[in-house]
Amino acid sequence: MMTQSVSATSTPPVPELAINTRDLNLWYGTFQALFDINLKIKKGIITSLIGPSGCGKSTFLRSVDRINERLGYVRIKGAIEVLNQNVYAPEVELAQLRKQVGMVFQRPNPLPISIRENVLFGYRIHNEKMGRIAKSEADGIVEDALRQVLLWDQMKDRLDHKASVGLSLEEMQKLCIARLLPVKPSILLMDEPCSALDPKGTAAVEELIWELRGRYSILIVTHNMAQARRASEECIFMLMGRVVEHSPTDQLFVTPTHRETADYIEGRYG
Amino acid sequence: MFESTLVNQRNDQVQKRFKMIFGVMLVILIIPVIIIISTLIIKGSPSISWPFLFTDPTNGMTEGGIFPALFGTIWLVIVSLLASVPLGVAAAIYLSEYAPDNLLTRLINLATINLAGVPSIVHALFGVGAFVVFFQFGTSILAASLTLAIMTLPVVIVSSWESLQSVPRPFREACWNMGATRWQTIWNVVLPNAFTGILTGVILQVSRAAGETAPIMFTGAAMFLPFLPNSVFDQTMALALHLFVVATQVPNVPESLPYGVALVLVGIVLLMNTVAIWIRMHLRGKKKW
Repeated sequence: MMTQSVSATSTPPVPELAINTRDLNLWYGTFQALFDINLKIKKGIITSLIGPSGCGKSTFLRSVDRINERLGYVRIKGAIEVLNQNVYAPEVELAQLRKQVGMVFQRPNPLPISIRENVLFGYRIHNEKMGRIAKSEADGIVEDALRQVLLWDQMKDRLDHKASVGLSLEEMQKLCIARLLPVKPSILLMDEPCSALDPKGTAAVEELIWELRGRYSILIVTHNMAQARRASEECIFMLMGRVVEHSPTDQLFVTPTHRETADYIEGRYG
Repeated sequence: MFESTLVNQRNDQVQKRFKMIFGVMLVILIIPVIIIISTLIIKGSPSISWPFLFTDPTNGMTEGGIFPALFGTIWLVIVSLLASVPLGVAAAIYLSEYAPDNLLTRLINLATINLAGVPSIVHALFGVGAFVVFFQFGTSILAASLTLAIMTLPVVIVSSWESLQSVPRPFREACWNMGATRWQTIWNVVLPNAFTGILTGVILQVSRAAGETAPIMFTGAAMFLPFLPNSVFDQTMALALHLFVVATQVPNVPESLPYGVALVLVGIVLLMNTVAIWIRMHLRGKKKW
């Protein structure tokens, strides 16, 4: 934070960061899951996070919006800055943090209410008027969000249908992304968003994620290396709770600088 | 190549034997139920009539109807529900949604489940000590209802807790990750989906409260009262106790009278359970995640 004002005037502009971590260490009880994570994740692009199971990808994701803390036995050292603010600072209001940072899960989890209410849910809970919003305003929000996720045409005639029945997994997952948008988040965290989908659904959701690039900074955890390669601009490889490599995706896949990265992307372990 | 071998035949025989054993067990279980219900219907139905339900007992309780007892039972159940449902559901919400998963919470859960197994006469004595004597409610509908409430509370808590827990966790995670507070999550997502289960649990407790005798006989139910209760501080008659009285305490009661009372009592309980099952089926049918 201190150096930034200096560098802004003297050297070429430093790319703006969505997430910046300093020596992040995390323990579940006595088990250390993250070791000295120093990551600078740029704003407005898609960054993918790959690595074998248990390497700490999801743990990292879940510490950015601090949802990990619900477990009660999580201990953290170091700092995570989201949009240049340490989210572990005492004055941080979790509800505000989670408004800025949306999370998409592995299994689509639309709420068991109507499609319309799913999209409005986040907006309502953050609304000053205790969720009482005018119909015209609500209609606009729903349409805008569903258009952004390319669902409007399919959904516009059944907005009052229950979201948890009768939708394909792909549609559900898109809806889960749509419901994050009305509160205008800056960062979308996605925890293997396509692993429950069939190839066609995967393609459609990847296309959507690509579409959302620029408007939102997207950090996507994936097991699917082809997906990381297709659908991200920068790529982070993690192993045993440490960051091994963080570079532009092409570079990481073509000329990895670490032995472990090369072994992993060639499928020698996973 | 697909003919059955000796091994198949032996396996088949063993399987048939077990099927038979389980079937016989089931029949043994059902027979008493059938006998009880049919005896009640055969011996009790002659005395069932509108006047039986809606007039007072007369002639030293050997004739007449059961209205004060029926009325009293309804009173007792309603007042006990007013006490146990808000308390029980609130406790269940705390245990399920707020309490951290630690030793204390697990102990409380365990204690609650065990409390459900405490004999009702123990609850009765607690009711006498706490409500009749200590809070000075006297023997009254209030004291008896609160005793019933204490008795039904553990089961209300446990069944509400189970309904809350059956709401899938991903719904909660979705809400929390959008910045919803626990209460917003509970109110908007958890409670609406747990409602059916909670309601079913509560109704099953109604039938239990209606049928219990021990907790009310020292705390507020009277053998015979020439008037209906005016307030919760009056004593009242109740069906369960009335049945005990006309069956064992009063001489020269025609045989059909206690059977009639029993039939009404069982009828109420069965009716309540049927309503619970119906609600469950009706609302569950519509509910799909």
